[in-house]
Amino acid sequence: MAVLQAQGLGVTYQAENGEVRAFRDISFSVEAGQFISIVGPSGCGKSTLLSALAGLLAPTTGQVLVMGKPAAGISPHIGYMLQRDALLEWRTIWQNVLFGLEVRGQVNDETRTRARRLLDSYGLGGFADKYPRQLSGGMRQRASLIRTLAAGPDILLLDEAFSALDYQTRLQVTEDVYAILKREGATALMVTHDIPEAISMADRVLILSARPGRLREDLPIAFPGLGRRTPLSCRSHPAFQTYFDHIWKELKRDA
Amino acid sequence: MHDPQASRATRPGGPAALSPARQAYLRARRRRKALVLCCQLGFLLAFFAAWELSARAGLLDSFIFSQPSRIAATLGSLAQNRLPMHLAVTLYETLTGFVLGAGLGLGVSVALWWSPFVARVAEPYLVVLNSLPKIALGPVIIIIAGAGTGAIIFMALAISLIVTVLEMLAGFRHTDPQLITMARTFGATRRQLLCKVVLPANMGTLFNSLKINIGLSLVGVIAGEFLVSKAGLGYLIVYGGQVFQLDLVMASVLILAVVAALMYQAVSLLQRAAARRFGGR
Repeated sequence: MAVLQAQGLGVTYQAENGEVRAFRDISFSVEAGQFISIVGPSGCGKSTLLSALAGLLAPTTGQVLVMGKPAAGISPHIGYMLQRDALLEWRTIWQNVLFGLEVRGQVNDETRTRARRLLDSYGLGGFADKYPRQLSGGMRQRASLIRTLAAGPDILLLDEAFSALDYQTRLQVTEDVYAILKREGATALMVTHDIPEAISMADRVLILSARPGRLREDLPIAFPGLGRRTPLSCRSHPAFQTYFDHIWKELKRDA
Repeated sequence: MHDPQASRATRPGGPAALSPARQAYLRARRRRKALVLCCQLGFLLAFFAAWELSARAGLLDSFIFSQPSRIAATLGSLAQNRLPMHLAVTLYETLTGFVLGAGLGLGVSVALWWSPFVARVAEPYLVVLNSLPKIALGPVIIIIAGAGTGAIIFMALAISLIVTVLEMLAGFRHTDPQLITMARTFGATRRQLLCKVVLPANMGTLFNSLKINIGLSLVGVIAGEFLVSKAGLGYLIVYGGQVFQLDLVMASVLILAVVAALMYQAVSLLQRAAARRFGGR
């Protein structure tokens, strides 16, 4: 079933010195459990596209269908992860994890149990009473993901969610997040400017053109013969370089 | 970034776990702190000693500059000058002005944050009011509020309010946009944004502006007392100056310094308590 659909989506916003067409006429659909990466030349409106899908921004044309229904505003089916972990420094990890539920007035025994289970299964059980500044960058990012998952979203949007981390932490967090998402059976869309990262996690890569961004290609990613796929293991698969060269060539056409 | 492993190693309770180098470091730090305190106290003592000695030696005209022993005598005969009453009046006016300034300032800045349109409209007025010397309004304030405590508190409020509003509003506006977006993705209302993100994120700003407000409220109160001239340390200073009783002026100034220091300390303690409660920086 298509959990998320974009139909002829376009965003034009009014800036001080004129109209800016971020992207136009973008259509695609995402099946449950898929991981989609979105890449494009810088300034092609990738992040704006994600904001429109999240309901943070009303599209100028077209519409977004969430779970088959037209979405208006922020949908509780959607979880959003930002570039930095955006943890609240004055709250403990536990209070941070409950933040989304608290805002929605959904803190109860059931959701608390779910949040507790997520913390325990992803290695943060012992850190519930710590403050964010007492955690390492990777742990903070995991806590941020758990906060998003604790609210029980069906679709996860990641806006360059790892770009603030140093390279090693980033590889590790990518592994962690990928494992968590697969175990939770989550559907995810990730915007990134890092081509290897996009390939390593995705079932499909959407390639956008330069501004105004259009969907140039919807590239399925598969690594035949690879036993257990993880973002790190697929990097050494021969198909990886082929995908990389292809995407690189596509992106360069605009430069 | 704080390493949780490292903090475990240095947790108190296991003094044996501290390496000699660590112990030496901690000792050196303690010694340095003590040294700074000694120098601070020493400077104060030296200042008063030099003042006293040069007054006795006739280098300073103690009629104009007073001298510590005469100030002490003045403070000793407090009752004679009704100092406690004057001190109480000034304290009452300062605290009232301070609390009102902080409370109203916070309220107005929240309102301006809530409605960016109103904030835009108010901006030029705030900027001009901020630069305007509020003391120039003194005569008007006295006519409006009457020549008494009311006018003095009004003055203290006028001086501290605008600064508080501008400071707090700037803090609110600079709240990390990622935190705001994060809360919005969960569907937070504007009220939730305010209570759960913007206000707690600005605890530091709040306490900084409280610290600035102590000084501003005192300026307002003393200026008000100069004008109203009925009671308070400001009145004593004006009176002492007019009757050439500089001992009284200096004694009042000294008390003001102590009051300012105590209030600053009180706000710092409050800040530390809030930091413990909210785990903030």
